[in-house]
Amino acid sequence: MSASPTIRTPGTLESALLTRRDAGHKLLIPYITAGLDDEWLLVLEALAGAGADAIEVGVPFSDPMIDGAVIQESSLRALERGTTPEGVLADLSRVDVGVPLVVMTYYNLIYRAGHARIAGAMHQSGVRGAIIPDLPLEEVGGWAAVADLEDVATVLLVAPSTPDERIGAICERSRGFVYAVGRMGVTGEQAVLADSAREVAGRIQAHTDLPVCVGIGVSTPDQAATVCEVADGVVVGSALVRRLLEGRGPDGAAEFVGSLRAAMDAG
Amino acid sequence: MAPPPGRSAPNTFGAPRQLHPPCPPHSDCELYTMTTETTTPAAIMGDPGPTGRFGEFGGRYVPEALVPACIELEAAFRDAWADPAFRDELDSILRNYGGRPTPVTDCGRLTEQLGVRVLLKREDLTHTGSHKLNNVIGQGLLARRMGKRKLIAETGAGQHGVATATAAALFGMECIVYMGEVDTQRQELNVFRMELLGATVVPVTSGSRTLKDAVNEALRAWVASVDDTHYCLGSVMGPHPYPWMVREFQRVIGDEAREQTRALLGTDPDVVVACAGGGSNAAGIFAGFADATSSDLVAVEASGGAAVTTGIPGVLHGMRSALIQDEAGQILEAESISAGLDYPGIGPEHAHLAELGRARYESAGDEAVLEAFQLLARTEGILPALESAHALAWVVAAAASGELEPGTTVLVNLSGRGDKDVAQVRDILRGRA
Repeated sequence: MSASPTIRTPGTLESALLTRRDAGHKLLIPYITAGLDDEWLLVLEALAGAGADAIEVGVPFSDPMIDGAVIQESSLRALERGTTPEGVLADLSRVDVGVPLVVMTYYNLIYRAGHARIAGAMHQSGVRGAIIPDLPLEEVGGWAAVADLEDVATVLLVAPSTPDERIGAICERSRGFVYAVGRMGVTGEQAVLADSAREVAGRIQAHTDLPVCVGIGVSTPDQAATVCEVADGVVVGSALVRRLLEGRGPDGAAEFVGSLRAAMDAG
Repeated sequence: MAPPPGRSAPNTFGAPRQLHPPCPPHSDCELYTMTTETTTPAAIMGDPGPTGRFGEFGGRYVPEALVPACIELEAAFRDAWADPAFRDELDSILRNYGGRPTPVTDCGRLTEQLGVRVLLKREDLTHTGSHKLNNVIGQGLLARRMGKRKLIAETGAGQHGVATATAAALFGMECIVYMGEVDTQRQELNVFRMELLGATVVPVTSGSRTLKDAVNEALRAWVASVDDTHYCLGSVMGPHPYPWMVREFQRVIGDEAREQTRALLGTDPDVVVACAGGGSNAAGIFAGFADATSSDLVAVEASGGAAVTTGIPGVLHGMRSALIQDEAGQILEAESISAGLDYPGIGPEHAHLAELGRARYESAGDEAVLEAFQLLARTEGILPALESAHALAWVVAAAASGELEPGTTVLVNLSGRGDKDVAQVRDILRGRA
């Protein structure tokens, strides 16, 4: 099976990731929480320099329902510093890190801002994708149509619990890449990679030519390399954000992401 | 008989919107809107259809990992609810174990004092002390039918946690209850009660450490355990099918009360009043009156958690509803003397009933609630739950202001008993002495 029968032009995020993948690279997408401290824009630059193919920027929400302890803590810290969606996008518009930026946030912030207004603001800020984990296929239509017009790719998620008959429909509506949820659980570091991580990536690949990146429960260079035996790439969040919460700063972030890059390239 | 009290302007929030008829079973929402002219008007509190919409509210805003479980649950509930054997078993347990039907009490001394006739629907007499049992017995039977072995639940005041722990014991299931750390302190006795019933209580230390955070934590736990675990949500909130399913399990309150008041009064009460946090007892009693009668419906929120009167539309905990939030959409913390109403949202059907104008949404402050709590104790010998005392507090205020004309008949849903609140009320009152 292959991609959707509908002919559509891939957006900026999708083109960038497909170009990298088709040249034989595995895709590395680190996640950080925006507004975590006053160095967070420097961290973005450091991640791009260390080999990120795209960067996921978390816009903090008061009730991060699919996040574990680390991202809850980083969200709380960012909110206490007065971080707002508007402020994050304004900050992003002042930097050009050279790789596509993908916003990750919860739907209420999008809903309150208004679809057209925030999609336009994302585009203006250089954001080329959005991951909204509490906006599943059945509810995503209104937002995704507006985001498409602004070249903001709406990345949909597939979970280990998703039946095969849903996967096709989700891939059809996903843009940029397909986010494979590696394990049944919330975000957070895991000592052992769940079997479901590679299994779900394989199931998705049977339905789409879009890049398939596995996130949630991918924490170490070894795990990233193992996942990439099947998947096109990985999203790594909590393991990186924990280092930032510990105060390791842009250098520590670059060192960790560099180690992920090296393991994936060697794999 | 006095005329029904003035139906004041419908309580709305946000900009006026075009009303949307409730969707009938299995309809496609948009198609249905276009063809309503030739169709019998759908019920006000009917089946929200496959998309789980009450007007523009409701829906299923959950991570993909939970969507299949919600779809499975909806299918299982539709199947069970249409199965006479399931209904018979539920009725039998509620009757022989739960103590249903609960009586309606005609309050002579309180009526004399307030000048309006007060009737109480006595959910406080249900086993475990509140209406929560109606829902957990239904969901427990459904979980068993689906082959799930474990129940998880969130709780605020502890009433739903106690009820879930009770159902788990009755059906021989494991039970874990998530409860905000603040609430575990103000409702210490209920924590121990749950433990006696064999449940594990997990104190939640994130966010405001109250009901909202307990729901977040229960949803997180469900993602990791969905294979063998049923999330026994305690109110008419959350993703579809919960708001509808929990209302249907609570509908027994309203169906009984309508027949009881007709037998007692020969007609329907002028006003039906219930407190609302998530809104399950209000939804349950309203369901018996919204379509079948022209009684006025009034829901009373805690003034520090009045989602309908002070909130705006938003999306949280799987549903689109009225929420207390800031300009950017960050959810704000509710504040109330009553742990069960300490919630910044309300079930989506309530947001819809408010928009339709079929129910009014009022609020009561802590002080008036404490007064009402003591008033009912002294005039009728009944200690109400602090949650239920919100409904009474509104009746007291509305009778005093003349909003409820003398002779008006008011049915109050006394959703729970106040034993759990006695220590807290003692501390507050003694602190003032």
